[in-house]
Amino acid sequence: MERVPILKIGEILLVSIQLDMSDQTALQLQEDLAERIVATGCHGVIIDITALDIVDSFVGRMLSSIASISKVLDAETVVVGMRPAVAITLVELGLSLNGIRTALNVERGMELVADARADEFPYDDELADGSDDDPETTSSP
Amino acid sequence: MTAGIDLDQPHAQAIRSDEDVVRVRQLVRTVAVAAKLSLVDQTKLVTAASELARNTLVYGGGGGVEVATVDNGRRRGVRIIFADSGPGIADLNLALTDGYTTGGGLGLGLSGARRLVDEFDIDTGVGKGTRITVIKWAR
Amino acid sequence: MALTAEESGRLAALLSEHVDQVTQRWTETVAASLRGRLSQVELRSQLQELRQAIVTTAENGIVDLDAEYAAELRAVLAELSRGRARQGFSATETAISVFALKEVLLELLESHGGESTLRDYVAFSALIDTMGLFTFESYVRTREGLIADQAEQLLELSTPVVKLWEGVVAVPLVGTLDSARAQVVMERLLQTLVDTGSPYAIIDITGVPAVDTQVAQHILKTVVAARLMGADCIISGIRPQIAQTIVALGIEFGDIATKASLADALRHVLRLTGVETTRRSRRGA
Repeated sequence: MERVPILKIGEILLVSIQLDMSDQTALQLQEDLAERIVATGCHGVIIDITALDIVDSFVGRMLSSIASISKVLDAETVVVGMRPAVAITLVELGLSLNGIRTALNVERGMELVADARADEFPYDDELADGSDDDPETTSSP
Repeated sequence: MTAGIDLDQPHAQAIRSDEDVVRVRQLVRTVAVAAKLSLVDQTKLVTAASELARNTLVYGGGGGVEVATVDNGRRRGVRIIFADSGPGIADLNLALTDGYTTGGGLGLGLSGARRLVDEFDIDTGVGKGTRITVIKWAR
Repeated sequence: MALTAEESGRLAALLSEHVDQVTQRWTETVAASLRGRLSQVELRSQLQELRQAIVTTAENGIVDLDAEYAAELRAVLAELSRGRARQGFSATETAISVFALKEVLLELLESHGGESTLRDYVAFSALIDTMGLFTFESYVRTREGLIADQAEQLLELSTPVVKLWEGVVAVPLVGTLDSARAQVVMERLLQTLVDTGSPYAIIDITGVPAVDTQVAQHILKTVVAARLMGADCIISGIRPQIAQTIVALGIEFGDIATKASLADALRHVLRLTGVETTRRSRRGA
């Protein structure tokens, strides 16, 4: 069985899915990722699905699970690079990927992870650049 | 003969394992491309095939699939037949309801797949297995 | 309808022995029906070519439009119909180019024909009818092709996706949206989001006179699909009638942002991205 590699870049774990995953591979990725989050103490996970030409309900469920598991382990997950045809198909399929943050590309995904951390620790952010121009900030639970 | 695949012949693929589901997806993709389905239609068909192949494996205990191109005189399309000799579906209406599942999934397999294709036909009964035929037409 | 060998021979003989007369009369008859929209010279060369093709076919065997060796004749007829269809002639005007040969042959037979005149004329007529029908079919095929091409071009033309600001694209929709067009527009919008890396899209429907359930569903699905991809859509320019339709049809717009005008939508997006817009005169106030 093939395995999906997980890369650590700074404070972020990057998973770039490049193969047509079997269900087993998908479940393995879910396990591997949980272990790596704990082992590295990273607070952000970016899953790049640019190369995936379909996302079916199984992979959709895997993405939701990863997001929920990461949340429990104090990490923010962002799914990036979903193709238009895949998004259109998911809507038709009825899969809403609730609870998953998405971004157009890896770069925007990283911004999103950073923003999420900033929301959580607004104090750090102010110390970092002193800006307080985001009216959309919501208090985190 | 396009993209190295003979369109006049139906292509068969057994569904016995996890990897076979991946093979079904690749086979359907190849035929859909050769039949000149649009990118979105290819994606919809392959996704539907993935859902149904998984159902054949998980609920039908394995089976097979046949992928062929069809022509209704006006348009060309791809037809896929999934067949298993598993326990069959007792309550079809319930099985086709969004969110209903017996296998711990999201319950979108059957109902979702039906929305992704143009024609969906299911022949099933308790003890006589399940046979699902789907068709996607090129626009 | 095929001719017999003898009839073919007599037809070929008639057409090749009276070349000038045939071409002259044929051109005149057709020209009258086309009312000068095709030059005499062009018409004459077309008909000469057609006459030659019939004679050549007769030399190769009996004149039969379905025969393998009649490929050239078919090609000439098809080319003639294609040309007429492209130049905007009607189906009748196209078919007359072929049918006019009947009159020419009748005149020739009256002055030169022998005892078999009547039977020959009936046989030639039947052949010309077949040729006429073939012309008509080629004509229709060409027109259908033209219509399909134009429909596609129209679809291409009518769906621009424009960049309004860094990270903000807009689709100004104009005209009636049918399901097919809505789909094309939406696919293109989503692709543009990816290509430009824009996290915001504005769908402006000021120019859309009416929205039915299907189209509204397409727009809604696009908004949801864009969200899945990590982009936000704002719908602007909803007319009062459309707002009423949407409510009457029971379509849920849910938490999708809607703005009165494209300007409002852009201002909304700019505010979201932290861009401040102020008038210069108010500076320092």
